[in-house]
Amino acid sequence: MSPPANPKSSWDEFVKGLWRENPVFIAVLGLCPAMAVTNSLKNGLVMGAATMFVLVGSSLLVSLLRKVIPRAVRVPCYIIIIATFVTTVDFVLAALMPVAHKQLGAFISLIVVNCLILGRQEAFASKNTTPMALVDALGMSAGFTLALAMIGGVREILGSGSLLGLRLFGESFEPWAIMILPPGGFLSLGALLTLFAWFKERSEKRREREAV
Amino acid sequence: MAAAREPGSFRLVATLALTGLISGLLLVGVYLLTQPRILRNQAEALYAAIFRVLPGTVEIKTYVVRDNELVYFEAPEGRLPTEQAVFAGHREDGSLVGYAVPADGPGFMDTIKLIYGYDPSRRVIVGMQVLDSRETPGLGDKIITDPGFHQNFEALAIEPEIVAVKKGKKEQPNEVDCITGATISSEAVVGILNKSSHQWAPLLVSPEETSEVSQHVAPSQP
Repeated sequence: MSPPANPKSSWDEFVKGLWRENPVFIAVLGLCPAMAVTNSLKNGLVMGAATMFVLVGSSLLVSLLRKVIPRAVRVPCYIIIIATFVTTVDFVLAALMPVAHKQLGAFISLIVVNCLILGRQEAFASKNTTPMALVDALGMSAGFTLALAMIGGVREILGSGSLLGLRLFGESFEPWAIMILPPGGFLSLGALLTLFAWFKERSEKRREREAV
Repeated sequence: MAAAREPGSFRLVATLALTGLISGLLLVGVYLLTQPRILRNQAEALYAAIFRVLPGTVEIKTYVVRDNELVYFEAPEGRLPTEQAVFAGHREDGSLVGYAVPADGPGFMDTIKLIYGYDPSRRVIVGMQVLDSRETPGLGDKIITDPGFHQNFEALAIEPEIVAVKKGKKEQPNEVDCITGATISSEAVVGILNKSSHQWAPLLVSPEETSEVSQHVAPSQP
């Protein structure tokens, strides 16, 4: 096995958020929105997009200002920056997508306390160049969106018998209402976490065998 | 991190103040850009609901309550009044369909906001739409969509009192068939309608008297 020629390629930084360090399935961050709003695929996607806007915007600013902001006040500064983007996305959604905004309700404002976002500022954007921070933010938020879309998709198919509002099954299908209720969030997330843990374990075992 | 010189407290305070200031300015800009659109969305959603609860309406006039009297409200560009308001729906020939009255009250999870159409000449409710609720998805939220439930409100007598009954038991014009699995939400809707209709019915007069009401024209600014 030869080490990758450029271990810190930007592609690598992007992909790590999708899979190897997926914020929901591997890092287990941001679970509150991941369960609370994902009762349909569309809600999952809108929430993912809103989070992406906030994370990319905040990472951009934090990495640009990383030499200006004194360490002692960095966290309050990050929070002000994040809150600005969250409020912006809240207003913009209310103006452009009133229906989706109503369904996501308070969870849009609560993006500000999503530890994924503050975590990326502290762990990455404040220590890396702006292009790298952007790639990291895009990858992480794409991974987050992917996770929310998977949970939302599973819950919408089982709980409403539809996907993106299109009916999938005939009249005889009785939707599992529990899947769009809060317990459905726990069930779907649990099932998907198990699936990811299993994939991870399998690939680790294979790597061990190859090493031997 | 290199052992950089510790910045003084002035620098710390200045950084925070500056960040807050820039953030505040940005948000004011975003607010000014989006607010007209947000208000218009709210007004559009409300107007769409009014047309549905007052079937046959082609024109809507807004009234606000001042000193226990209905006063015509000149709505600038479809703006909604900030005071308590009712909306009169008129047919093509100018006759009154009824009044659309917004009301709210406690539901199963959170406040239910709804709007209902009231026909003062027959003293019946002619339509009901839920504007905002957080009832249980799949169960309580059927009060928004269930067509059978909405049939209850096509000619519902408000006197002596609206009564919620089990599904299929509706016999009297003042009874409402509850939704199976959403009894609490159905009863909550009935409770809101009872409270609001008894409060409003004395104010909402039949067409003969409304001509006199529309004489008073209120300025749009309170």
